[in-house]
This record gives sequence, C-alpha cells and structure tokens, in this order.
Amino acid sequence: MTLLRHLAVAIVVAVILALISVQIGSYRDYQMAEVAAYVVAVAGLTLLIGLSGQISVGNGAFMAVGGYGGALLMIHLNWPLELVLLASVVIAAVSGAIFGVAAARLRGPYLAGATLMLAVALPTLADQYAGVFGGDQGLSVTINTPAFLGATFPPTRWLAWVTCAAALIVLVLLANLGRSRIGRSWRAVRDDEVAASLAGLNVARLQILAFVVSAACAGLGGTLLAVVTGIVAPGAYTLTLSIGLLTAAVLGGLGSLLGAVWGSLVLVLVPSYLTNVAASHGLSGAASSSIPIAAYGVVLIIVMLVFPAGIQGGLRRLFGPAAPAAAVPINVLRRRRPASEHQKEGTT
Amino acid sequence: MRTPHRSVLAAVAGVAVVALMAAGCGSSGSGSSSGSSKTLTASAPGITASTITIGSHQPLTGVAAPGYDEIAPAANAYFQYVNAHGGIYGRKIVYKYLNDQYDPTITSTVVHQLVLQDNVYAIFNGLGTPTHLAVVKYLNSSKVPDVFVASGCECWNAPSTYPETFGWQLDYVREGKILGNYIKQHFPGKKVGYFYQDDEFGMDGVKGLDYEIPKSQVVARESYNPTVTNIAPQVTALKAAGAQVVVSFSVPAFTALLRLNSLKLNFNPQLVVSDVGSDPITLAGLLESFAKQGGTTVQGNELTEGIITDGYLPSLGDTSNSWIKLMTMIHSKYLTKYPLDGNVAYGIAVGYTFVQAMLKAGRNPTRQDLIDAINKGMPQGVSVAPYAYSSSNHNGITGAYMAVIKNGALVPTGPVQVTDTSPTGAVTTYTGGQPAAPASGIPSP
Repeated sequence: MTLLRHLAVAIVVAVILALISVQIGSYRDYQMAEVAAYVVAVAGLTLLIGLSGQISVGNGAFMAVGGYGGALLMIHLNWPLELVLLASVVIAAVSGAIFGVAAARLRGPYLAGATLMLAVALPTLADQYAGVFGGDQGLSVTINTPAFLGATFPPTRWLAWVTCAAALIVLVLLANLGRSRIGRSWRAVRDDEVAASLAGLNVARLQILAFVVSAACAGLGGTLLAVVTGIVAPGAYTLTLSIGLLTAAVLGGLGSLLGAVWGSLVLVLVPSYLTNVAASHGLSGAASSSIPIAAYGVVLIIVMLVFPAGIQGGLRRLFGPAAPAAAVPINVLRRRRPASEHQKEGTT
Repeated sequence: MRTPHRSVLAAVAGVAVVALMAAGCGSSGSGSSSGSSKTLTASAPGITASTITIGSHQPLTGVAAPGYDEIAPAANAYFQYVNAHGGIYGRKIVYKYLNDQYDPTITSTVVHQLVLQDNVYAIFNGLGTPTHLAVVKYLNSSKVPDVFVASGCECWNAPSTYPETFGWQLDYVREGKILGNYIKQHFPGKKVGYFYQDDEFGMDGVKGLDYEIPKSQVVARESYNPTVTNIAPQVTALKAAGAQVVVSFSVPAFTALLRLNSLKLNFNPQLVVSDVGSDPITLAGLLESFAKQGGTTVQGNELTEGIITDGYLPSLGDTSNSWIKLMTMIHSKYLTKYPLDGNVAYGIAVGYTFVQAMLKAGRNPTRQDLIDAINKGMPQGVSVAPYAYSSSNHNGITGAYMAVIKNGALVPTGPVQVTDTSPTGAVTTYTGGQPAAPASGIPSP
C-alpha cells in the first residue's frame, strides 16, 4: 500500500519537524515556514517538468493568483485559514486549467514563452486595479495564533507548523499521484507523445491536468507565503520568483519531490546566509549587497556541474542503489542521442 | 528522446540567460526610573552594557537604489562619529541595515531576521512606503520601536493603531499644501497640471495640493507607475491640456524622465517638484545618464535650472550654516565615497534625530522608554521647522521653505512655512527660527 507507506513517513517527518521547531529559535521557525511554502510551489513545478515534460516559467504568477485570492477572502469575508487555503488551491487550479488549455497546444520554448508572458503580465494587474489589489503596496495578511496554544506561544512557530503540515499533505498527495495511473501516463506522454496517444492516452487532457496540479500547488504555496510574510504585493511575484522556483526544481532534481525540498532549502537559506557572511566581513555598500547575488550564481553553477541530476540525483548516486528507476526524469534535460544509444537508455 | 525534450533543454537554457540578465541589472549601484542608576545594564533587547544594536531595511540594489542607497551609510557615518565621541551614555551604536531591494516580501523577511535573530532594539528609518507597510503591523504587534520611517506617508501617524511607529520627514500632505499654497499665490489663474506617482506617496501629495489650489485651475492629473519608464503619454497629455505649471510628486528618476520628455516635446512649463524628487545633484546625474542612454548629451545642471521645490533641512549651499558645517565635517571624515548631496544630508539628519531620542530615553532604556521619550515631544534640531511629535501625533517635521534650483544648488526663496494635515488648516510663516548645531556635533541629553 503506497498510500499507507507515504502517510506513515509523513507522520514520522511531522513529529520530527515539530520537535525541531521547538528547539530552534523564532527566526529559524520563520525560515522553516518560508521553506515549507516554497516546497509546495516547487513540488508542483517539479512534477510538471519532470513527469509531464512541460516547462513553466510562470508559476510565480499562479502563486500570485493564490496569494491575492487568499488575501481577499481573508480580508473581505474573514474566512478561517483552512478554508482560505483550500479556496486558494481551487482558484489557482481554475486559472491553471484556463491557461493549460491554451498551453496544451504549445511545446518547449513556445510554452516557456507563453508562461513567461504570464509571469511578467499578471503582477501588473495589481497596479491596474489598485482599488481591489492595493496597488504597489499590496494587501496585508495576518493570522492569529490559536488561543489554546497560550499567549506566549511564538507566532513564528505556529506559522512553521501550519506551513509544514500543508507541505507534508501536498507531498503525500503528489507522491501518490506520481505513482498512480495518471503519473505513469504523464511519463508516457513525456517520453513519447505519439506513442502515448497511439496507446490510447489523451495527451492534451493529461498535459492540462499536469498544468492544473502544478498551478494548484503554486496557488497554495502563494497563499502560505503570503501568510508567512504577512503581505501580498506585486513586487513579490516578479519574474525573479518564477525563475527562482524553476531554479529550485532543477537544482533539487527534476521530478523528485525530495529534490523540491532541497531546492527550496537552497532558495531560502543560501541568499540569507551569504548576506550575513558578506555583512560580517565588513564589505561596504554596493559590494556587500551584490556579492550574495553573484555567490548564489556560483553555487548554482557548482551544484549543476557536480550533480547534473540535481541534489537529489547526486545523493542517490552517492548513497542510493546503483541504478534507481526514478532517476529517469532528468532525461528531459539530456541532449538527444544517436539511435543506438537511445535504445539502450530506454531500457534502464 | 524525441524533439520535445531537446526543446525543453533550449527553453531552460533561455530561461537561465534571462535569470542572469535579471540578476545583472538593478545593481547600482522614560528612562526616569532606570535613568538614575549609574551602571550600564542590558536593559532591553538589543542593548548591552556597551552597545545599542538597531536595524533597518534599505534598497541597496534595484530600482529605488540610485540615491537612496546613500541614506543608511550616511546615518551610519553619523553614528560612527557619535561612537568615536563617547557614544550614547557610553554605548556604541551598531547599525545593521539589510537590503530589501524595495520588494515588500524581502522587507518582511529581513525585518523578521533583524527582530528575531539579530535581536535589534529598534527598527530605524526603514525606507519606502510599500515596503514598510509590509512590516508595520508585525513591528507593532511585537512591540518593537519603529522610529523615523524614511517615507512621508501620512499612514505612519496612527498612534492608536501603530503606537510604536513614528514618521520623520515632512509628510506629503503638508508638503502638498505648502507647494499648493505657493502656486496659488505666485501663479494665480495659470493652468496647473499634476504629475504624480500612483501610490500613497503621490496621492497624499495630491491631497495636499487640492486643499490649496482651486479645482478650476487644475487642467490635467497624470499619474505614473514606478515600474513603467515610458511616460511620453502622460507628458503629451499635460502639454495638450496647456499646463503652464506642472507639479510633480515623483522620485528622482521620474523627475528626470519628466524633464527629458518635456524637452523632447518642446514643452516648457514651470516645474514644481516635491523635495523627494528634486535633489539637484542626484537629478543632474540621472539626466545626464538617461540622455546618454538615449544617444545625446545634456548638461544636467542646465536642465534643473529654475525648478521650484521645497526643503525641510538647511540648504546645502548655505555653507555658513552650523548644521551644514557639521554635515560637511561628518561627510569628509566618514563618507567620502558619496558626494555630499540631499540623500547624505538626509541620512546624517535622521541619524542625529535618533541620537537625540536615545539620549532622551535615558541611561538604561527599555523599548517603551524610547517611545515615551518621543511621545513627550522632541526639541527642534536639524530641521528648519519643529516636530509634531506628541502622544496623539506621530508625524515628524511640520514645515519647509520654498526654494529654487540655481547652478545645481538649492537656493531658498522664502521663509519657513508650517501647516497641519487638515483640509482647512492655514499655511503660516514660522518665526521660531532654527537652533544652531551643538559645537560637539552631538545633541545634549
């Protein structure tokens, strides 16, 4: 029973995370919450690229859809957090479906271009309709720590609990989805669309479904991030965010949910760590503020050189069984090989 | 492996190029209870026997960085001076300012880091309206003093909802009223056009202008979005409406764009610009670099000549002024990498105000002591007009003088005027004058 096994692992991880959150300081709790919010969004993206073979540079826009949707529901309708989170999944899934219908006709760079447009264009809507979305300064989102935890319970620990719980639920669902009939169909479509459709799979419908799932995850991640940072603003959902998500997915290892966790950890912790290092070495002004960006780039290059299959792929190679079947997704990024070699690869 | 996979690879490569480009641009560049005790104690978070650690969020890279990235180093230069001359009751100020790139989400993260990890005593001079709005609730619910926000938004003046938050610079409503009053008196019957940033900054300014300028005189109201640099449509509309006077509530980059676009259309209205967007040195530099990008050369100072603006700090051109002497000394000793422009003067001035407040808060202050000290009112110091601070008002500087830019320097043209933020409150001449800077350069407790 795959579902039971995933659930058991998730419960053990939840207990460990809860214990960690109590041990570490308030700011580490805050970072933990940030990482968990990103994990949700990156997991959806890694599934889209790694399993269904479609690429999206626009998942930041779906995060914005979820974030703004959630914020508006909280501000105007005072919905409780759990309903808001569910609603943001639905809202983002619907927008993902609409976009997915269009995207199903596009391939490779054209699909990337279309999603890129979404990432660039959508945040400007907030400025166009400033009355609803609060313009440049956005909308503020606050959640209260439930009373039963007591007045002295650190608010950031509560944030960490909420976001980690949501992330674990999403990871369990996605892990099952990936191993289900749908997941297998996605892999079939990814590896050969013609063969998949000859085998009776509805390629377009499967691709749209993958888009919907990844948009729903991005929407939930967006709402969680809004809850953690306390704000939704167009400045948060720029192209940089979309590319950051893609970076995290590739860095962690495309198609691997654990990879999404590694990628999110790098996304959140490396820039903050580097900023502190730069500041503590007394570098001044422009230098200390530019070094983290440059060093981040260096880290990315090194990781990709050392672990071309992402961090998770690298860990598998170092510690795992010799040739795990799940390492296939990185094929998406491999160059086309001569037919003979191609044949061999197909058999692994 | 069929073609779709190869195209995915191409797409990822393309995205990586975009990412590198995105990373590349945007780089610029009441202490009464404890006051009697003699020994210095760790009386509050961020305070030890030898240091006071404060934090801030600043745009050190990104769109808002040019000019504004000088403010925190300038404040820090003043703190270094104070530290070298005895500190605050013997404690040295440690000023940790983090880069938020003018992005509210990053602001939230860095402020959480400063409060939770670096354990700062207060957030000082956090820069920007949209950015600081992202953290004002958090700071107030965590009871962290949030002093002298670097933004003139009226929103910081809310003592009942935001008891920890204090504005500092002349708020945009007051500034709008002072500029509007000047236009009403000096350009009666002339057609007036507004050009303003489409957020609280611009809208507060327009609110103040509308309190003073008769509605019938205003022929055009054009706003801009700070992320869209093409403002030709707005400038064309201002010209088409026949505006003879254009009032601009804009950041420096957009004041420069307004000037260059007007030049291109051979449209030469009298420009009246908010203090925020009129620093002559910053403007001249921006004008020259924008023109260079467009393939022409201009003399920055020629293009700023005659711009009407206002100032709430002493004019940098007034070299005999004791405050300007102090700023020049701090600048030459601790901050030679930047020119002594309006941003550097701003940083030193707000740093001075913080030291004033900390000295008032007592020898071993709690966080509340700093709030109480400011609520009791602050003596006028580096600004030309008094502060509004009281327990029911958290606005800072209340007035300014009118000035005109001549040869790249601000030349005051009138007396200091003060007003309030109400629709009917009159703009009156302030006769109180300004106290001289202390000889030591450090305020007396």
